[in-house]
Amino acid sequence: MDERQFGAEITEVPEEIRLRLSGDLNGRADETLASAYARVAALGPRRVSLDFAHVGYINSTGIALVVRLLAQARRDGRAVRAIGLTEHYREIFRITRLSDFMEIVEGDAA
Amino acid sequence: MTELMRPIRRLLRRRAGAPDPSPVPAPPVIEEPTRPTDDPSIAVDIAESDPLLAYLQSASGPVEIGRLELDSPAVRAMREAGVALVVPLVSQGELIGTLNLGPRLSEQEYYSDDRRLLTTLAAQAAPAIRVAQLVREQANEAAERERLEQEMRVATLIQQQFLPRELPKLPQWQIAAYYGPARAVGGDFYDFIEMPDGRIGIAVGDVTDKGVPAALVMARTHSILRAEASRSNSPGDILSRANALLEPEMPARMFVTCLFAILEPETGRIVLANAGHNLPYIRTGDGVVELRATGMPLGLMPGIRYEETEGVIAPGSNVLLYSDGLVEAHDPNQEMYGFPRLRQEMTVDDSGSELLDRLLETLHRFTGPDWEQEDDITLVTLRRASGVADEPASDGQAGPALITAFSIPGEEGNERLAMDRVAAAVGGLGLPPARLERLKTAVSEATMNAIEYGSQGNPDVPVDIAVETTADAIVVRITDRALSGAVPTDAEAPDIELKLAGEQKPRGWGLFLIRNMVDSMDVTSDGSTQTVTLTMAREERTDG
Repeated sequence: MDERQFGAEITEVPEEIRLRLSGDLNGRADETLASAYARVAALGPRRVSLDFAHVGYINSTGIALVVRLLAQARRDGRAVRAIGLTEHYREIFRITRLSDFMEIVEGDAA
Repeated sequence: MTELMRPIRRLLRRRAGAPDPSPVPAPPVIEEPTRPTDDPSIAVDIAESDPLLAYLQSASGPVEIGRLELDSPAVRAMREAGVALVVPLVSQGELIGTLNLGPRLSEQEYYSDDRRLLTTLAAQAAPAIRVAQLVREQANEAAERERLEQEMRVATLIQQQFLPRELPKLPQWQIAAYYGPARAVGGDFYDFIEMPDGRIGIAVGDVTDKGVPAALVMARTHSILRAEASRSNSPGDILSRANALLEPEMPARMFVTCLFAILEPETGRIVLANAGHNLPYIRTGDGVVELRATGMPLGLMPGIRYEETEGVIAPGSNVLLYSDGLVEAHDPNQEMYGFPRLRQEMTVDDSGSELLDRLLETLHRFTGPDWEQEDDITLVTLRRASGVADEPASDGQAGPALITAFSIPGEEGNERLAMDRVAAAVGGLGLPPARLERLKTAVSEATMNAIEYGSQGNPDVPVDIAVETTADAIVVRITDRALSGAVPTDAEAPDIELKLAGEQKPRGWGLFLIRNMVDSMDVTSDGSTQTVTLTMAREERTDG
């Protein structure tokens, strides 16, 4: 499979739904991410974890998609956290202040 | 128990695929870090081919060496060394060492209790020793990788030092040059030497081999050519003298191909001699010709004389000097770029810098986006203006050294291509990983803007990207065709709280990211193009 092909699959874990993201998170990820979140929302978890461990590239449009998802989750009363971000993207989540509104977990999470 | 034994503290390791230091290799050895001076340990090495290894591999417990009937040099050596009992250390079915014991101090045989204890000890010790071996191997591999990367950084730095910082200022001439290092930096070089009578010496060369050795030979050749060009007006003599100086000191299996030309800018007359390098192409009104001169590469043998050939570059003609890296590049199907393709490219009439850009564009189309550059690529183009001052001359502006320049189609998604190519170009320059990642994000974002606003997403409207280095920074210039006018740089600062509240669109992070990623971002515009210049210091500035 093309490693840049964006994908998003749901893995259910206790207390949360984890969205395992993969590929490039850019404008082309729009529909895949939106429909994945819609499926997550339908399951009604209290928290959704975005797993970025297999995302190699995030651009500003990708950041905007995360902002949109976060806004929607907050409206739904749902916490969002990010796991598996590289140090570089953790820095980007810090300077965009995304990290003020979602928990950023270093490395993988249980 | 230990009082009863005279331990021979030598653990012998045998592992399939381990490097053989000698024709009859002794297996690598793990030793305890410190030993008392009265240490009774005795070294016993077991050759890879010794039948004892196979025997121990399948032994079910301690082996009494004295009773072993095996035609084995190691068994004989062990007996001579006083080994009585050998306990195989086996981890995951692999013999990773042995615990060799001398006779009991009581001079009695080992009891079955002793053997059981030793078997238990070996079963517990073997995995731990294997882990220690793996840790050591990984540390060695990491050190080797670091050494190679450090060597590449050094080679790149040497290379950069000797590339010209400026191009010659010649009325009615356009001169352009490109040097693109491969990941394992080769030994390409080019040079322009201003001679006292207004003529210009032009050297293009390629040292065989890669890395620091090639970079050092390149540096030496560069210096010799400069020195000899100050003493002679003859390209043939300059190469002969360079060969005489280089040959005695050339490392084994290395040599230098080099083309040396002297140009008279006023008349267009060019005289050149060639030490085994690619022949230059000249595009004239009558077609494309090679300026043919032959000779042995520098450094191979003494006493070589180099023939000279000469020609006149007529107004409106282009000349291309180049290294192997261009013609020997391969596409994904392993087809070589080759001379016919290059010759065909030379038939197009365009200016020197356009020719250079087009050659690189064609090359990158040929190789595809996932190409890993096999060798350094050096291109030097000369264009003599076609008559009256209808073309700008090379301004010879002093400035940073150009590392790479290329164009991408102005189509959404190509920012990733631009980012990867810039990352590959600066990969050997020693930029700390975090700064490299930031530069990549800034390049990607600035290129996205150029594609969206400058090209309006039209693949036929290219975005040009140039990467330059200075002593303390990397500079990336991203030039678009400004189809939508200037990219707005005073947009409202993104505010995450407003965005989350739906009072600002989720987008609009591009410029914010760029400004936070690099040390400076400047935007210039001339009406038809807009250039965003990103500057990234090689090291973190102390003022943050």
